[in-house]
Amino acid sequence: MGQLMELDLKKISLREINNTLQSLDISQEDQNFTITNPEGCHALCVGIKQEININIEGHVGYYCAGMNKEANIKINGSAGTGVAENMMSGTVSISGNVSQSAGASAHGGLLYVNGDASSRCGISLKGADIVVGGSVGHMSAFMAQSGSLLVCGDAGDALGDSLYEADIYVRGKVKSLGVDCIEKEIRKKDTDKIMDLLSKCKIEDINPDEFKRFGSERKLYNFDIDNISNY
Amino acid sequence: MCGIVGIYLKNSKYELSLGSFLADMLNSMEGRGPDSAGFAIYSKEIKNYYKYSICLNKLSENDFGLRAKEYFDNHKIYKHSDHIVLETTEEPEKALTILEKNFAEFSIVGYGKSINIFKQTGNPKDVVKNFQLSSFSGSHGIGHTRMATESLVTTEGSHPYSTAEDECLVHNGSLSNHNNIRRILIKEGGKFKSDNDTEVAAGYISNKIFKGNDLETTLKDSLKYLDGFYTFIAGNKDGIALLRDEIACKPAVVAENEDYVAIASEFQAMAHLPDINEAKIFEPEPGIVYSWGN
Repeated sequence: MGQLMELDLKKISLREINNTLQSLDISQEDQNFTITNPEGCHALCVGIKQEININIEGHVGYYCAGMNKEANIKINGSAGTGVAENMMSGTVSISGNVSQSAGASAHGGLLYVNGDASSRCGISLKGADIVVGGSVGHMSAFMAQSGSLLVCGDAGDALGDSLYEADIYVRGKVKSLGVDCIEKEIRKKDTDKIMDLLSKCKIEDINPDEFKRFGSERKLYNFDIDNISNY
Repeated sequence: MCGIVGIYLKNSKYELSLGSFLADMLNSMEGRGPDSAGFAIYSKEIKNYYKYSICLNKLSENDFGLRAKEYFDNHKIYKHSDHIVLETTEEPEKALTILEKNFAEFSIVGYGKSINIFKQTGNPKDVVKNFQLSSFSGSHGIGHTRMATESLVTTEGSHPYSTAEDECLVHNGSLSNHNNIRRILIKEGGKFKSDNDTEVAAGYISNKIFKGNDLETTLKDSLKYLDGFYTFIAGNKDGIALLRDEIACKPAVVAENEDYVAIASEFQAMAHLPDINEAKIFEPEPGIVYSWGN
């Protein structure tokens, strides 16, 4: 582990910071970074492809940690639209609330939101795990294909609309389910998954048995004229 | 696009800084709306006095002043860039009739006992500077930076829209049924100065409030009548209110602490507010009216 390096957005431009983080030679250089004064800037820490640790001190704007691969990024604040969108691996965690489309199309890795996530959380999810300590807004996990969304609070309208094979676990109330999304039984592997995710996010005060599972009814996979009203 | 901002102070601590807070908020929303900008700031009422904010439309302060002497007994005129504020004891019903009849080349931007409202085409940073927004004090205010998607880039096309005493509205989004609503409101006596969709929304709100509804109920009802995408921030002399349509494609973020509530299209707009890193930051839920005020 190298030294902690501070990158201050008041002194260094966003582009320079992203370039630095994207092109590090981690065998030679620092692997631990603190970014200060983000002041809601967009596209911070996007496209990082190496196992480095970044702490962001403050609130960020849109698409923070987008396309992340291997890096561990902690945001000590809130995040705007599309945090960790298209993440491939690594972890992204946020201490506050996040705006809409968190973890959109994420293929892998872990996204942890300590607070609430707004609408469309995990839209088109493709394999990542998303854990939300609070609640999620409407249309969450819309068309989610693979991976899991674990919600410790409540879920908004149309949860899991047009869902494929992602698993959704919700501890609180679900305002309404989307088309082709139904409640399913909790299997042993689901309990294991829930326990694993809670433990990875260091959530200790929640009983894994309190979650319900929601998945696809698999009626919309192929076009069927009898389902026309559902499309 | 378009950027919208609003701030409501919960106590008097930052009253003198309100203008400079709002100025920083508008300046940082330049990227979302580089065409035009405007703001409304609410300050203490002066007993029995009304403020009429009027755009000079390239005429001079003197042109207005000379004529004002003929029609208004007791009045003062303050110049702010290409606007003047006419301060008089004349009540709106009479004053507006005089202004519309005898000052037709000038445009009334808004009026009331508490509101100071200004708008202009051009880069928001220039607009903020031209009106010396930083020098204003008050209890709450809203602002807008415009990227025109419909209706012309003109002062009439800029926000905020004020369609009744001390009321105003800014909007990020687009309404799809505004022509129909405009026709209905015109039949009920409504007057419109532009083809802009937001002016119709403002007119709709004023119409409902005139009929005796409060702002919160009116906004809640507008979910049924106004079709389209929107995040609205409405202001009146008591405070500000926020509403997003139920699909909620148009962004909004709220920051709240014990001293103030700030609303903006993006967090960047409030990054400079005091103690912002400790404030509660959240995205307002769709279809819910949030209001802060007395």
